[in-house]
Amino acid sequence: MPVFYGTEVESALLLGTAQYPSPAILAEAFRASRAGIATVSLRREQGGGQDFWALVAGLGARLLPNTAGCHTVKEAVTTAHMARELFDTRWIKLEVIGHTDTLQPDVFALLEAARILTDEGFEVFPYCTEDLTVCGRLLDAGCAVLMPWGAPIGSGRGLNNLWGLRALRAHFPEVPLVVDAGIGLPSHAAQAMELGFDAVLLNTAVAKAGDPVAMARAMALAVEAGRAACRADPMEPRDMAAPSTPVIGKAFLA
Amino acid sequence: MNITLNGRPRQTRAATLAALLDEQGLGGKVATARNGDFVPAARRATTTLAEGDQIEVVAPMQGG
Repeated sequence: MPVFYGTEVESALLLGTAQYPSPAILAEAFRASRAGIATVSLRREQGGGQDFWALVAGLGARLLPNTAGCHTVKEAVTTAHMARELFDTRWIKLEVIGHTDTLQPDVFALLEAARILTDEGFEVFPYCTEDLTVCGRLLDAGCAVLMPWGAPIGSGRGLNNLWGLRALRAHFPEVPLVVDAGIGLPSHAAQAMELGFDAVLLNTAVAKAGDPVAMARAMALAVEAGRAACRADPMEPRDMAAPSTPVIGKAFLA
Repeated sequence: MNITLNGRPRQTRAATLAALLDEQGLGGKVATARNGDFVPAARRATTTLAEGDQIEVVAPMQGG
């Protein structure tokens, strides 16, 4: 099972806590997903924060706070400081958004923030692109996990750049890799795991399904299947057919 | 004194950040920032407020 900063997690699925129809469905979906890590955020206290805290504390999952919505290094770093105190964890899912329509990370600001936070003792989970150079720089900055997007956040488009993700896996064989964002279907999650990724992080695909609990279960199965398939060393695809039934010994009936 | 609390203008008699949280009924699990800088819980009682301060008080919330 994946190991993040020395901590082994009992599931290769990381699940977000936003956008569920109700707190009860969130809790039930979480149980069905068997996710070992729950992502959470910080927002202005308007009365709901304390109830939500009680809910997530009861999920039994390790919490990974995010810096969602931050567009600058300063915002992201201050948010990380607040998250560390609030959730009592050194883990931070570092998001520095660069583009409004795609929510693509600003990789320059991301790298700068990652450098500052790792120097301060944070264990950074950077939401990044699959760019090999950017990912290499993030590792140089002290990140020991990479979380490239599959597709834009909330789009459900799956893995947009299969080649890029495969190249990333091949290039950094020892680094825990998580596909974060863009997963819409269990087949997308399975595909990420089949590529050899260590985990997938998703939220909208479960929360916005007609039946979030059933989809959470489906995602758990997909992640497990994809992981098992990767470890089983899949066959190489080929262009032309190759008969699976023996040719030799076939009766002459023409 | 006029300050901005979570984006809204507020008048306060509180002299410190800790007193402001009490005055506004913002207890429980929260984290604070003053003018864009994190203020740890342990420093709220000694963080004095000034006219025009921007105070943020955040709590755990749903996230992806």
